[in-house]
Amino acid sequence: MHEIDLTIDTDLTRQILCGFLKTEITRAGFQHAVVGLSGGIDSALSCFLAAEALGAQNVLAVRMPYKNSSADSLEHAQLVIDQLGVESVTIPITEMVEPLFQRDPEMSSMRRGNIMARARMIVLYDQSEVFKGLVVGTGNKTEILLGYTTLYGDSACALNPLGDLYKTQVRQLARAMGVPEVIIQKPPTADLWKGQTDEGELGFTYTEVDKLLYLLVDQRYSPQDCVEAGFAEEFVRKVVEKIRRNHFKRVLPPIAKLTNRTVGYDFLYLRDWGT
Amino acid sequence: MKFRIALAQINTHLGMVEQNLDKHLQWIEQARQGGADLVIFPELSLTGYVLQDLTPTVAHSPTADDPVFQKLLQESRSLDIVVGFVDEDRRHRFFIAAAYLSRGEVMHVHHKLYLPTYGLFDEGRFFAWGDHISAFETRFGRMGMLICEDFWHASPPYLLWLDGADVFLFMSASPGRGLSAKPQLESARWVEQLNQAYASLFTAFVVHANRVGYEDGLNFWGGSTIFDPDGNELLKAPYHQESLVFAEIDMNQLHRTRARLPLLRDERTALVQRELERILNRSTQMNR
Repeated sequence: MHEIDLTIDTDLTRQILCGFLKTEITRAGFQHAVVGLSGGIDSALSCFLAAEALGAQNVLAVRMPYKNSSADSLEHAQLVIDQLGVESVTIPITEMVEPLFQRDPEMSSMRRGNIMARARMIVLYDQSEVFKGLVVGTGNKTEILLGYTTLYGDSACALNPLGDLYKTQVRQLARAMGVPEVIIQKPPTADLWKGQTDEGELGFTYTEVDKLLYLLVDQRYSPQDCVEAGFAEEFVRKVVEKIRRNHFKRVLPPIAKLTNRTVGYDFLYLRDWGT
Repeated sequence: MKFRIALAQINTHLGMVEQNLDKHLQWIEQARQGGADLVIFPELSLTGYVLQDLTPTVAHSPTADDPVFQKLLQESRSLDIVVGFVDEDRRHRFFIAAAYLSRGEVMHVHHKLYLPTYGLFDEGRFFAWGDHISAFETRFGRMGMLICEDFWHASPPYLLWLDGADVFLFMSASPGRGLSAKPQLESARWVEQLNQAYASLFTAFVVHANRVGYEDGLNFWGGSTIFDPDGNELLKAPYHQESLVFAEIDMNQLHRTRARLPLLRDERTALVQRELERILNRSTQMNR
């Protein structure tokens, strides 16, 4: 396989992303940001960027543990809070989600995971109002393309600085910005159930899939081109299908067109309109 | 002959002409205080870039009775000004346009010839394609203006060169893209290479004013430059930051460079014309 280099200039990336957060939050009429801090690398990096862009005192980190969440998650989130000096609050979701769980003892892990992700969204958006800050997203390009996210759950945000960085690039930027090494090194997990890891659930590593996604998406390789570049055919097929099947998570719900001017088709404005 | 040029590498408010005009007036004043004879603003400097359905609401005509141009023309009595705007013609077509203002008059208006409608760009959906290109006289010499995608194609700069332009004024609202291990975005590298190449190929001054700021998720990278007829970088503004930068243009450099390197003298325009006709005739037949 020929060399696929996903290395980024972290200074340039940092400058663009901090400028993006500062400008877009300010233009929307806010000075503050709210970040749901899971203890993982993505939300840690979003929090670092927000703190650099707006000043630590203008960032609220929200920890939202469930009773079975790993103790590491809370501790690692605290490391970020302490290092940056951002504002913080801890709001457990156990009492919110347990009544729903108890209605159906047979509930699958996936359903429980989705409920927890959406409960956290509710807490974050409530804190957004309390703190008068916009919710900063934490989804990276890899998970957005693979659809490895809960719609209206962890994918919900006002703006997202990480969505055009692959997971391996998130690691580079996190290291450059001083995210604690223990957070960078640990296996990525949604921590929705015990022993869950992203790579275990997906069935491949981020290092592998990021290179494939880079060829498919950024370099516009056909699936066949990717096989010829050295990727296993089954792996390519699986990833291509994941991208296609999860596209609904990347677009707004379609509106049935009836009139001459319809939101989403021919009513076209940027969000920054008039600012 | 020497003159002093200022590049106004600004951010803009999307769809807010009044606010942008105020900013232009402030920056023009600063350019004047900095001794500029000519100040150049980026593409769509009066309106912002991703206009979409805002396009018809921000259009102006570059005439003395237009409230926006009235003020700019007043300012142009003491220094020449190039601004970017949306031009609505008498038949209500909307063009991405640039106007050169001098001594209270509109000396030239350029309509963008190439509207990128691919990738992240959607200009052809909202704007009409310009259909004319010409160089024009200024009090400093003959110049030509192009807007962004215009100079990604080789023919518009070439035509301006043959039409007598010795100073090329390029304006962009170029979204930054292409992240790699290098400390420079690919879009920035690409444009800088083009501009340096045009300066060398045409032994002319190539001035590029690019904007900064964000529109939703797009960043505009700035990095405005001037290259001289030897292909040397005379000036470079910082990336991603608003800045007003100045350089002196020594038009005698044209004399010195072209005495050494007579590319313009030796350009075989009759051959170009003859071969172009042959090629175009043949390709018409081939495409049938």
